[in-house]
Amino acid sequence: MEWDRITLALNVLAIDPEGVKGLWLRARASAVRDRITTALAALPLPLVRLHPGVADDALYGGLDLSATLATGRPVQSRGLLSSPAALILTMAERVPPGLSARLAHALDTRRHCLIALDEAAEDGEGLPAALTDRLGLFVDLDGLAWSDTTDIFMNINTLSKARARLPSVTLPPDAASALTRAAAELGIRSLRAPLLAMAAARALAAHAGRDTVGDNDLQQAAELIYGHRALPLPDATAQDQPEPPPPDPGEDQAQDMEHQAQSIPEEMLVEAARAALPADLLAQLAAGRAARSAKGATGTGAERGGNRRGRPLPSRPGKLGSGARLDLVATLRAAAPWQPLRRRTAPSDAVLLVRASDIRIKRFVEASDRVLIFAVDASGSAAFARLAEAKGAVELLLAAAYARRDHVALVAFRGTGAEVILPPTRSLVQTKRRLAGLPGGGGTPLAAGMQAAMATATLARARGLTPTIALLTDGRGNIALDGSANRAQAEEDALRLARAIRATGMPAVVIDTANRPQPSLAAMARAMDAPYLALPRADARRLSGVLGAALGG
Amino acid sequence: MPADTAPKIHALPSRAAPRQPFPFSAIVGQQAMKQAMVLTAIDPAIGGVLVFGDRGTGKSTAVRALAALLPEIDAVEGCPVNSARADQCPDWAQVTSTQIIRKPTPVVDLPLGVTEDRVVGALDIERALTRGEKAFEPGLLARANRGYLYIDEVNLLEDHIVDLLLDVAQSGENVVEREGLSIRHAARFVLVGSGNPEEGELRPQLLDRFGLSVEVTSPRDVDTRVEVILRRDAYETGYDAFMPDWQAADAALQARILAARAALPALKTPATVLHDCASLCIALGSDGLRGELTLLRAARAQAAFDGDATVGRAHLKAVAVMALSHRLRRDPLDEAGSGVRVVRMLDEVLP
Repeated sequence: MEWDRITLALNVLAIDPEGVKGLWLRARASAVRDRITTALAALPLPLVRLHPGVADDALYGGLDLSATLATGRPVQSRGLLSSPAALILTMAERVPPGLSARLAHALDTRRHCLIALDEAAEDGEGLPAALTDRLGLFVDLDGLAWSDTTDIFMNINTLSKARARLPSVTLPPDAASALTRAAAELGIRSLRAPLLAMAAARALAAHAGRDTVGDNDLQQAAELIYGHRALPLPDATAQDQPEPPPPDPGEDQAQDMEHQAQSIPEEMLVEAARAALPADLLAQLAAGRAARSAKGATGTGAERGGNRRGRPLPSRPGKLGSGARLDLVATLRAAAPWQPLRRRTAPSDAVLLVRASDIRIKRFVEASDRVLIFAVDASGSAAFARLAEAKGAVELLLAAAYARRDHVALVAFRGTGAEVILPPTRSLVQTKRRLAGLPGGGGTPLAAGMQAAMATATLARARGLTPTIALLTDGRGNIALDGSANRAQAEEDALRLARAIRATGMPAVVIDTANRPQPSLAAMARAMDAPYLALPRADARRLSGVLGAALGG
Repeated sequence: MPADTAPKIHALPSRAAPRQPFPFSAIVGQQAMKQAMVLTAIDPAIGGVLVFGDRGTGKSTAVRALAALLPEIDAVEGCPVNSARADQCPDWAQVTSTQIIRKPTPVVDLPLGVTEDRVVGALDIERALTRGEKAFEPGLLARANRGYLYIDEVNLLEDHIVDLLLDVAQSGENVVEREGLSIRHAARFVLVGSGNPEEGELRPQLLDRFGLSVEVTSPRDVDTRVEVILRRDAYETGYDAFMPDWQAADAALQARILAARAALPALKTPATVLHDCASLCIALGSDGLRGELTLLRAARAQAAFDGDATVGRAHLKAVAVMALSHRLRRDPLDEAGSGVRVVRMLDEVLP
């Protein structure tokens, strides 16, 4: 983004923070970002910093327990949201859904504006959509060097004048219609966007000292508000594929067969795969994982200690704050024996003398959600014959995941690399759509696929989910991690990653989609310590038996 | 922060302080959503509305506007659970007044990430610490009794809260057994939920608790979209000029709802309609009998709203999709959506 436009966006924000609702600032912490946050001082609202773990009593206020105990009378604390403020949300990429819903509600109903400092580094991280939809402005500092930027000078006088002018700024009659049409053409479906653009256009006109919004203002407003929203949908059409690397001599016959299979309608193959896959694969996977609980995974997702919800554990002494919940009964019980003694040493008319050492904190343990990561081979060798069947298999597993309230993620690999098609989600609608639009073709970068799946799994685990990897491939990895068509290197890379996945202790399953079971894939599954399942044109009963044996259930 | 860049506070242009929510009548399009809300206002026994759809389609706006349409209720002054008669007030509340007052039907927001304490109520820590008394601090469920409980982003609600809601919605009573308290109070409320299906699915058990469900999409037609934007902008920037007309429209709608409520008991339901209900539900294979009951109630409310004395097949058809689409045994991968199946069956069973 050009520095001029960023400066303009900040001016718009400073003129009408309530109208444009806020700024989504996507950047790592840096000196350039500091230049922007410094400029926020020109906002006509007090700046309030929030972090993703901010608790309800900090947001909305409530009883200040420590002060109440100290003084012996109720002391209320003021909430951060109780008066209009410019909320600066740090580490916005880690905002939990609960907080983002609250902030969204605060933006909708009160006179706040929100500056979200999004430091997303990985795909799949990012500001929740409930907030990106509401915040008008977007600034991305990626690729902007310190030398490209200057100190932002916010002219306080100009801004005050613009603010005074704002209520009298009028829009030309057709402006609303023009902005709405533009949004529709850009494929922006949310109706908040045109409203934000209108607010921005008014602020721009006020900034330029005009009483009527001009064409130039509308244009700039559209740039500021629509620019980042008009992202093209993830395109599902096949792109130009590099030629797959020359096949092995032995593969010729298989290739011919694959070309013949191409003429079979996709629906038929999906149906075929439905019949061929045991319906209870997920259940069996869970059973298998339970058997491997020595590795830290359990059938219902790993447990993690929390202090807010879940099954209660005995309370223990602790300090109030940071979202901890007081176990009142235990606290009183701890305080009770000391009452006569304390009354003697420190005469007081309080009914109860509680010291900090009496405070007991509640502890809970909760089971985390599970996420099933599908790494699907969409290469040329798989695509023609088996991709549709693999899709069918994934759909079947999806249906089971839906019934079990698991999250799912989708990684596809083809050509020279792998791509996370869908970060962990519970939305079947989206998974199904992305899966249907998954194009095939190109080489088989098996190692890259495993790497992407592992990265997704690690990220999910960092978020408190319990990941399981399901790898669907025909096993003919022929693209190495560095993208070169070197079969030997490719196989070595894949084996290396298999060991790496084993080392993380994450449960996995390998589903072979080749026409004939691949011994090399079975070896790789062993290296991964994952059950291996061949999905050739076998009947369901036999597969179910194989699966049961593989999972030790 | 250096001293010379310390925040300087400048006044914003003055804007009116607390405002009424955007008027219900001013919502452009979204007929199904508005119809469902009106029906549930006529007969709360229908059991609430679920609105699923895209972002920025006016889901939350409609629910917040609904409050203005609901008639007032009679309740005992100071009763935390809005009891209708003094003898229904729970003992723990220690309500001394027997005065009956009129107050707006409660519409209570249940925010995401809310703690269990806030929902069911908990020991009143303030009173316990300062006065040494064991008292109960009522939660959101108490406030929502005899009213509406609104859950935005209902599909993101944490599972343990969902369990809790299901339990209370089933029994109509909130039982608190914790922290040495043993409290129960009536908690009969109408659930209103909204959410975006792209962010996650709703558990079937919770889905079943909603009487009606509607799907909303952003209007595709540019003129409609422009109209939406114009009205919203008029609300934001010309509040004082915008509200009177629409508030009058809302008042007229409320009067019509009240009239329909009054007409509901005298409404005739011919046996053929009952038969139609049953055969439609059988043909669709919906689980349980809640489908039939909701369908019938919704059709009766529709007939009362239309000012008809008898429920007919037309009323049934008008409400069938919203009453039944979420009760079908769901194929999670069926892209067409169950609404389409209901329409197809309607044409077959009730020509």
